[in-house]
Amino acid sequence: MDPYVKTVVSEELPVAEELKIKKLVVGSGDGPRVCIITGIHGDELEGQYVCFEMARRLRASPEAVKGTVEIWPAINPLGVDSVCRGIPTFDLDMNRIFPGSYDGHMVERVANQVVDDLAGADMVVDIHSSNVFLYEMPQARISQMTAQRLMPFAKLLNLDFIWVHEAATVLQSTIAHSLNSLGTPTLVVEMGIGMRITQEYGDRLVAGLFNLLAKMGVWGAIPVPASVSSPLVSTDGEVTMINSPFSGVVVNTAPHSSWVKPGAVLCQVVSPLTGDVLADVKSPVEGLLFTQRGYPVVYEGSLIARIFSPNRKSN
Amino acid sequence: MERIEILRMKSPFRDDFVIHGFHFGGPKKTVAIVGPMRGDEAQQLFVASQIVKNLTHLERQGRVSNELGILVIPTVNSFSLNVHKRFWAMDNTDINRMFPGYDQGETTQRIAAALFEAVKGYAWGVQLASYYLSGNFTPHVRVMRTGYEDAAAAEAFGLPYVCRYDPAPFDTVVLNYNWQIFGTRAYSLYSGSTDVLSHDMAKLSWQAVIRFLNSIKAVSAPLHPGSRSLVFAADELQTVTSQQAGVLYNRVAVGQYVRKDDQLATILDPFTGEQLQSLTSPADGVVFFAHTKPLVHQHSRAFQILPFHS
Ligand SMILES: [Zn+2]
Repeated sequence: MDPYVKTVVSEELPVAEELKIKKLVVGSGDGPRVCIITGIHGDELEGQYVCFEMARRLRASPEAVKGTVEIWPAINPLGVDSVCRGIPTFDLDMNRIFPGSYDGHMVERVANQVVDDLAGADMVVDIHSSNVFLYEMPQARISQMTAQRLMPFAKLLNLDFIWVHEAATVLQSTIAHSLNSLGTPTLVVEMGIGMRITQEYGDRLVAGLFNLLAKMGVWGAIPVPASVSSPLVSTDGEVTMINSPFSGVVVNTAPHSSWVKPGAVLCQVVSPLTGDVLADVKSPVEGLLFTQRGYPVVYEGSLIARIFSPNRKSN
Repeated sequence: MERIEILRMKSPFRDDFVIHGFHFGGPKKTVAIVGPMRGDEAQQLFVASQIVKNLTHLERQGRVSNELGILVIPTVNSFSLNVHKRFWAMDNTDINRMFPGYDQGETTQRIAAALFEAVKGYAWGVQLASYYLSGNFTPHVRVMRTGYEDAAAAEAFGLPYVCRYDPAPFDTVVLNYNWQIFGTRAYSLYSGSTDVLSHDMAKLSWQAVIRFLNSIKAVSAPLHPGSRSLVFAADELQTVTSQQAGVLYNRVAVGQYVRKDDQLATILDPFTGEQLQSLTSPADGVVFFAHTKPLVHQHSRAFQILPFHS
């Protein structure tokens, strides 16, 4: 079947417009179904480039798809289209209302229809790009509950890091949790920063996604990447969070994604008014600087870095 | 009355961020009252200020307990009130999703931690709250069902309605839930509107708080005893949904009694003014919640009716 665009959700807006959630469907329907979704948070745009590249390449060789691949660029189209992280007119983070309810308020109904359509897929990859404040190395986030099942798939995605996190109650209403609870395996990818496209990361993830498709038997013909990176896994070490000790402006010193030693200066917090350096923020540990402040203005407590320290296996 | 500083934090470019508290009465941690955590809760700020004004007046007359203590925090989020943003102005996070807080964490986690430290351990907690959907509620007390709640004591506010509800996953990080987990009997007070002042509904609310303080003998104020509360579960509310989008032409106000099939509103075509839908009441009852924005989406909660049973 030729690739086609399908409207999954359609809801009326007050003045002569409909809210539509659309997906591109490529493939035959016989075989596994893999869905690439993004744009739940309207200010996270790294997934737009990934969707574009996936759609472009898949449409160039639709005959190579054994099964179905779906591309969903905007789960929250109003947000993506109006530089708004949440759903305009609605207070809650869209990723805190799943699985929604068909008889509920419009956004709950939308959430429910999205989950309903994705349920039953053989793999869903939900692409996020942190927020506008933090710059992230390409990583997968999976909850402890699903780690065993999802880890082998996460390792196919050409990422640097896999973060296994605790299953907090508040995260039970994410789309990934809702789908995983329904038995639909769903991986969350975080990379780059909000409101920007980091093409290098996008290209890496696209290679990883084709690798995933190939390993799942969905992608046949075109050569797949010879090798993908082997990510570090959070359970083999420890993540250290570093919050700003002062309000001010951050000037980064250590390069993003670099390996830092204890005592290395990560950044300075400065006062543009007085010219004072308020703090040299030093790394308390040795490890990989995988999260770095991107938005320079900080308050006391603003997250400015995360460092992963693998356990020393020998000695 | 003693004015206290609960948190002071430097900002990069603005004045210092300060959370102010007003303490009345004695040393025993009895009632903590928390005003707006969000920057559009002007009604709630007004209610809080009226509580402070009334307590100051009662104190001058020697009508405040020397033993039981009352803490009023008129707002936790002056920074957002001052710039007309609902959430924390810097990063758009909601302080009321950060409890019990973390004093080494993100800024709003630190604010939540400082607030929680100040209001933890009180026997009763009252939050002046607003809802995540824009609209007006008839003034009422909400009690979250955690297993620790005390819905009966909520009747001491003397408001006509007490609503009990089950927590959603996001509720585990709100103040009210954490208050209860840490042993405080917690209530949320909904005082009608949010970003506009409704004087009458504000008065109902601050009087209800003083009445509550009266009932536990934290103050001794000459007041009308209030209403006998109708206690109900949130799932008893019947929702009236817009089947079409358009201009919502409202015909009723919150608190109004309606009969089954009475017209509540019409939805009009935004270009031609023609009627697209007539919204009617599903039951005899009271208009408990009303959408207040003039434009409405399809499948949105336009009204909630609390049915009366004979
Ligand atoms: Zn996101």
